[in-house]
Amino acid sequence: MSRGHDTGARQALSGRRAFLGLAATAAGGVLLAPGIHLMEVARAAATAGVSPGANPNVRWGLLIDTTKCAAGCNDCVSACNTENGLDPRPSPTTAQWIRKVELREIKTGRTHSLPVMCQHCAEPPCVDVCPTGASFKRADGIVLVDRHTCIGCRYCVMACPYKARSFVHEPLTEQRADVPRGKGCVEGCTLCVHRIDKGGTPACVEACSNAGHAAMLFGDLNDPTSTISIRVREISTMQLRAELKLDPGVRYQGLGS
Amino acid sequence: MNRRFGSRHFYLLLAAGGLLVLVGLGAAHYMEENGHIVTGMNNQVVWGLPHVFAIFLIVAASGVLNVASIGSVFGQAIYKPRARLSGLLCIAMLAGGMMVLMLDLGRPERVIVAATHYNLHSVFAWNVFLYSGMFAIVALYLWTMFERPMNRHTKTVGILALAWRFVLTTGTGSIFGFLVARQAYGSAMLAPLFIMLSFAWGLAVFLIVQSALYAWQGEALDDTAQRSMARLLGVFVAAAFYFVLVLHLTSLYFAKQSAFQAFILRDGGVFPLLLWGGYLVFGTLVPLLMLFHPRFGGPRSTLLASTLVALGALAWLYVFIIGGQAFPLDIFPGFSASSTFADGTIASYTPRLAEWLLGLGGIAVAFVLTAVGVRVLDFMPHDDLASLKPGIDKGAA
Repeated sequence: MSRGHDTGARQALSGRRAFLGLAATAAGGVLLAPGIHLMEVARAAATAGVSPGANPNVRWGLLIDTTKCAAGCNDCVSACNTENGLDPRPSPTTAQWIRKVELREIKTGRTHSLPVMCQHCAEPPCVDVCPTGASFKRADGIVLVDRHTCIGCRYCVMACPYKARSFVHEPLTEQRADVPRGKGCVEGCTLCVHRIDKGGTPACVEACSNAGHAAMLFGDLNDPTSTISIRVREISTMQLRAELKLDPGVRYQGLGS
Repeated sequence: MNRRFGSRHFYLLLAAGGLLVLVGLGAAHYMEENGHIVTGMNNQVVWGLPHVFAIFLIVAASGVLNVASIGSVFGQAIYKPRARLSGLLCIAMLAGGMMVLMLDLGRPERVIVAATHYNLHSVFAWNVFLYSGMFAIVALYLWTMFERPMNRHTKTVGILALAWRFVLTTGTGSIFGFLVARQAYGSAMLAPLFIMLSFAWGLAVFLIVQSALYAWQGEALDDTAQRSMARLLGVFVAAAFYFVLVLHLTSLYFAKQSAFQAFILRDGGVFPLLLWGGYLVFGTLVPLLMLFHPRFGGPRSTLLASTLVALGALAWLYVFIIGGQAFPLDIFPGFSASSTFADGTIASYTPRLAEWLLGLGGIAVAFVLTAVGVRVLDFMPHDDLASLKPGIDKGAA
């Protein structure tokens, strides 16, 4: 009786082992196969089209003169929304790549109005924390999100000291052909990279100039002869949260006391 | 057939757990179809209730393995027979936590990308290695415990598992510890704090599950073993509280952090309420009283104390994760700020049903894996009472 029970128990145990082994092998196969297939597809795609790439000698940047930025003027924000196909109605869940911030100095009561967007840091925390490398910095200093590898973990939103990233909460319609976006991905100001790559300037800068304020100056910070380089050399400007030493590509003028 | 766990109850419980898992998966599908607009999350609070559940499960998964370590690495007789159950719970909770994390992604179908594209600067990417490594090491650990010829390797693998779980919880704490942007995080305290929290939360979960298993079997846990484990939980809860206290004290000392501390400790509505009431009173002080006061200390008090510790853990994580995001970033020190993007504003967040269901689905996954595990394999602790007594004496000395 006892021996029969032992043999039965051994058979049951051996059956369970075989089942566990088979299940582990099947699970491994199911998990690995799609990945291997995707890697092959990605390799094939990478060799298909060769782009000249961004110029590593350039560092695109912005200088914002807060003394010229008018309170109540929202033209830069509207231009960004139109250019990039963003929802113009701000809400806690809509993407806002650029926003107007109204400041009031607590001690003195002095007020400022200024746009804040991705600061295109030289040492971007969003790029450091992104697990898949979807957040990346181009050779010319523009910080972007690869919409194909963003898994929507939002760690970059947590890490950005400027609150410059938005998460797409809803399905999107009427996207612009130049500006791919997608539900479930994180996004932020691209510095209108699609315009820059064609020799243009960001839409916000153009709109500010058209409105007659000219509070936003775009240019190459690496070129000592560029207007932006001359201005940041000659006048006092500041970087937001400079203590973090992220070396933002966006500088502000007129904010100091 | 395992004679201990009656079939009828087992299948009933399995069906209930399975149903909760399905409901959780359904909630995740609903979120994926409609986007995170159907959750309470927004562009200010991007990590919501699912992260509270997921991080609780992952931190507790790491801590629950302590029971096995104390037994097989440090040779404590009470804990040795509990090592298998400890390993099973570790794997089960890790699986539940990972499921919630993955399904809360904006693009959960791209989870394979996380396995094929690594950014080695990212603490998240380290954690992908750490979590999958933990599964493998604990599976190996269990194998050395179950397979008699492998028993001689148990201690070696146990040491590896112990070291790995320290690194894993360091990694989980560092997800926040490395964030310089926000006042709530960016502290070297967070890695050791999370390790200490994992000790308390893991043991609390272990004691809850152990009570359930003994009740299911109609057996009573040896009184000495029960009291010893209850005392250890008390020590862990007190030590975790010490780390929480130091985190707040250091933060209060820095003038630049005082506004955030005032928010989280006094002015922040639901957050101070959950921190003082949920974590401190019901999650720490009441359990300590029940674990240490001579009038209490029985199995029921231990079970109640363990449950309160686990609920207090969820309260603390809610304050830490949601409260930390709700407080505005200080981009312009010395200025008050306002904008359409909630600059200078306390963000509001109310978790929606889908988030609750996804989080509970993660707990259900851990439950189902544990229930199936104890049914098909021998995870139930078998105390050798004769050998237990000298072991306890030795342990106490």
